Order: sequence, then C-alpha cells, then structure tokens
Amino acid sequence: MSADDQALTRRGTVLEERGPGPVRVALPVNGTEHAVEIEPRVSLLDALREHLQLTGAKKGCDQGTCGACTVWVDGRRVLSCLTLAVACEGREVTTIEGLAEDGALHGMQQAFIAEDAFQCGYCTPGQIMSAVALLEEGRTGDEEIKEGMSGNLCRCAAYPNIRAAVRSVRDRA
Amino acid sequence: MRPITYSRATDPQSAVATVSADPTSDYLAGGTTEIDLLRQYVLQPRRLVDINALPLAGIESTPEGGLRIGATTRMSDAAAAPEVRERFPMLSEALEKGASPQLRHMASLGGNLLQRVRCSYFRDPLAPCNKREPDSGCSALTGHSRDHAVLGTSEHCIAAHPSDAAVALTALDASVHTLGPGGERTYPLDDFFLLPGDSPHREHPMAHGELITAVEVPPTPVARRSLYLKVRDRASYEFALVSVAAALSVVDGRIADIRVALGGAATKPWRARRVEDFLVGEVAERRAFAQAAQVELAEARPTPMNAFKVELAQRALVRALGTLAEGTGLEDGSPA
Ligand SMILES: Cc1cc2nc3c(=O)[nH]c(=O)nc-3n(C[C@H](O)[C@H](O)[C@H](O)COP(=O)(O)OP(=O)(O)OC[C@H]3O[C@@H](n4cnc5c(N)ncnc54)[C@H](O)[C@@H]3O)c2cc1C
Ligand code: FES
Ligand code: FES
Repeated sequence: MSADDQALTRRGTVLEERGPGPVRVALPVNGTEHAVEIEPRVSLLDALREHLQLTGAKKGCDQGTCGACTVWVDGRRVLSCLTLAVACEGREVTTIEGLAEDGALHGMQQAFIAEDAFQCGYCTPGQIMSAVALLEEGRTGDEEIKEGMSGNLCRCAAYPNIRAAVRSVRDRA
Repeated sequence: MRPITYSRATDPQSAVATVSADPTSDYLAGGTTEIDLLRQYVLQPRRLVDINALPLAGIESTPEGGLRIGATTRMSDAAAAPEVRERFPMLSEALEKGASPQLRHMASLGGNLLQRVRCSYFRDPLAPCNKREPDSGCSALTGHSRDHAVLGTSEHCIAAHPSDAAVALTALDASVHTLGPGGERTYPLDDFFLLPGDSPHREHPMAHGELITAVEVPPTPVARRSLYLKVRDRASYEFALVSVAAALSVVDGRIADIRVALGGAATKPWRARRVEDFLVGEVAERRAFAQAAQVELAEARPTPMNAFKVELAQRALVRALGTLAEGTGLEDGSPA
C-alpha cells in the first residue's frame, strides 16, 4: 500500500477503491491459499467454478433460491452465488471437494450413496455441504433435519432419501 | 451484472464518509439483497463498500433491560441468542422463519430491514414500477397482485413489505440507530418505514450514506409470552402471505397488555394499533379477537387477486391471539 493509499484509509476519510477491472484476490479454499485475478463483481461461485476449476458447487438459480451453490465460509454454510469472491479474502472457504479426507469419502457422502439420496445429482454437492453443517449446528431432531434442509431444493424430489441419509449419519454419531 | 468496484471499510466513519460522498455507492452487508438485485439490474451501484469488518456485530443488554442488536449481527445469530429467545420469542421466531439457514448465516439485521420488495415488477427492470423508477407507473395494479398488500397501499404502489423480523420489531417498539455525516440519529421503527403514498421510491427517512449501526429493543415484559405466526404457500423457505407478531398478557381473564403487528399484508410492517386499542381491558376470548381483527382490516383495499388476504389476516390474528390466550389458562398473565 502506498503512502497515498494509507492516507485514504484513515478514520473518517474516503476508502481505497479496488476494480472494476481484475484485481488480485487471495482466496483460501479447502486449506490451500489460491491467488486469482478477478473483477470485484465475480461471485464466489464463479470464482470457484471458472477460475479454480472446482465445479462441485453448482449454479442452479444464481439468485439465492435453490441452495445448489452451498459452500462453507469460516465453517458456516452460505450461498456462494450471492457472495462476492473478493469479500472472502482472509476467510476460509470449504467446498464439496474439500470434504473427503485422504481419499476416503466423508460419512455424509457415503450415506447419500447408501440411501440412494439423489437422481440426477445436480443438487447433491449443495445438499451434502448443507447436511454436514446442519448436524454440526446441533439440529439433529427429525423435524429439525426437515426444516434445516429446506434451503436446498431438489428438482428430482429425492427428499425422503436425503432426509434418511442425514438421519443415518446422525444415528451413527 | 454491471462492473463494480469494491472497498472494505475498517471503521464506521470512513464507511459513512465514502458512501455519503458518492451517490453511486452502496453498502454491502450479507449481500443477499444487494448482489441479487445487482445481478437483475434492479440496483445499479458503481461501488460497493463492504461493512462486514466493522465492529457492528453482537447483542448487548441495555441497562433498562432491553437489547441492542448490532447492525451486522447475522439473522441466525440473533435468532439463536438466549436473551432474544427468552425475552422476545416473537423476534427469534420471525428471524428463524425467514429465508433459509444459508441465507440466515449471511443476512444481517440491518440489511434485513432494508431488503427490497419481492414484487415481480420491481424485480424486472423492464416493467414499469414507481418504486424502482418514479412516475413510470405501477404494473401490479392491473397485473399480478396475489402477493401484494391490502393495507397501507396507494394508487402508486401496492407492494408488500417482505421482512419478517421488522414485523416483530415493530410490535416491540424497537428503534433504529444510525450514523450519518451529521452524527448519530435514532428513529422509532414505526416512523422508519414509510408508506408508499405518492413517493413509493422513498422507503425510509435515512440520507444516502447513513449507516445503520444497531437496532434497540426496549424492555417489554409482555413479550415473554409472544409468538410469530407465518402463513405461506409452502411450509418453509418462503415469504409470508400473511404473518402476525403478537404478545399478550391476561390478568383475571382480561387483557392487561397486548402487542400486535401484521406482515405480508401491508406496505410497511403494520402495527395493529386498532386491535390493541380494541382489546385492552376486554375478556380474552375468541369473539373479541375476531371483532378486533375485523376492525383492523376494515380499511383494507384488496385487488381481486389478493382479496383472500383480508380474511386470511383476520384468521391469522385470531389464531395467534387465541394460541397465546390458551397458554395463559385465561386467568394468570404472568410469563410462563
Ligand atoms: C431466496 C430468498 C428468500 C428470502 N426469504 C425471506 C423471508 O422469508 N423473510 C425475510 O424477512 N427475508 C427473506 N429474504 C430476504 C433476506 O432476509 C434479506 O435479503 C437480508 O436480510 C438482507 O440482509 P443482508 O445483510 O444480506 O443485506 P444486503 O443485501 O447486504 O443489503 C441490503 C440493503 O441494505 C443496505 N444496507 C445493508 N446494511 C446496511 C447498514 N448497516 N446501514 C445502511 N444500509 C445498509 C445495502 O446497501 C442494501 O441496499 C430472502 C432472501 C432471499 C434471497
Ligand atoms: S445457485 Fe445459489 S442458491 Fe441457487
Ligand atoms: S438429485 Fe436431481 S435435483 Fe436433486
């Protein structure tokens, strides 16, 4: 930061402006620090899919209504389509690609397979990221699972099996 | 989506100085309204000033026994806070019944109050809409109006106010604290939300660049027995067709204190003062609730498509108050 820039960020003065052209953004994803050159308008979802080739998170609606783009930021499930990538600097992003450990699928991923919790699979990465977070939030009652998964729509209507998968992971805990 | 520039604010004064000096800038909190509408070309800021790093998150008890909830407190954190759940159940429930878990982790309380209407014509930059583009006309008057308001409408706009939390906060006489170029200000919530009248593009009295710093809820003992009833087209993840925030205290079978506000049915979070005035001192029974609800809705101006909301709002009022009255056993109004 130049001396001029520092003056601009003093209390009560006008802030430094980044963009609208590409800016360098440091994005910690799944434990690795990535540097991407993106315009500030780029969503976290597009940064993951188009710039980091992490295509697990899906674009269903791009307006916050479907949950297919669910990832974690600082451990909390959020919608990456309504999050700006530049706003995630200094925060830890976790995607479905970061869930398996040492090549072994996460218990929730295994449960989705065991319970046949998808058909086309488009909503599945979002469902799984939401489901793992849900149990970590301590919402473990059957009704809480139902309500707590309501932010993830499934066009194939695999809902009963999705709920069964979540319950099976809860019951194993 | 149009190109934008980005600044991360580190102290409130700089955020206010920056946005106040630049009419083409907007604050960015959770972004669940701002980014959505930017992408639809409904909002067209050139610059976003990110306020998430400001020290505005958190909930404190006030010396009087109320709460001060910081503007960037997330909906999920406010809903789960023990002091909100115990002292103001209607607020916790209203927050918890809004949007989805992911959105509630992102959305801030300040942003929630300033979220924009869900009217499909407002969200379509090609449709005439007085709120988005003054004097262009209101497409909903002759178009699709099933989700629109029946109370507080004007011939210029009938969009329903979408926030759930604001309905509970209105019932609770909350106030909004702001910081502007001229210093700090406080607005009672009922004065903060403006009726559309002939200027539906003006939704609140704040100047451009004025920053919401906190929402203050005064101590309200009656609110310990309160609820938020939300009626919607699907069981979850949906805006209200009609909602009711209600608190009731019954002493010796008669209503000693009552707070009621309506959502989904009005152009602003609607304090149901007629219900309150009608019912104070009355016997807490269904017939009285129904009469009071009828008085409140007497001035409703529905369209053919949303006429059902007039009846639905009355039934929701009766259900909410009936549920609270049952809990009191009709003789003792002390908090459970
Ligand atoms: C699919 C979907 C479903 C939803 N369902 C519901 C629902 O059922 N009930 C409900 O109540 N809401 C619902 N919402 C709306 C949601 O609650 C709001 O979008 C959210 O609360 C806005 O908060 P935010 O922090 O994301 O605001 P932002 O999007 O960041 O900001 C909103 C506006 O307020 C301004 N702003 C933000 N913070 C401040 C501040 N501190 N001072 C001054 N200006 C500020 C911004 O410039 C912007 O114009 C839904 C949203 C979506 C996308
Ligand atoms: S793509 Fe983000 S919610 Fe649908
Ligand atoms: S499995 Fe096809 S959308 Fe869910």
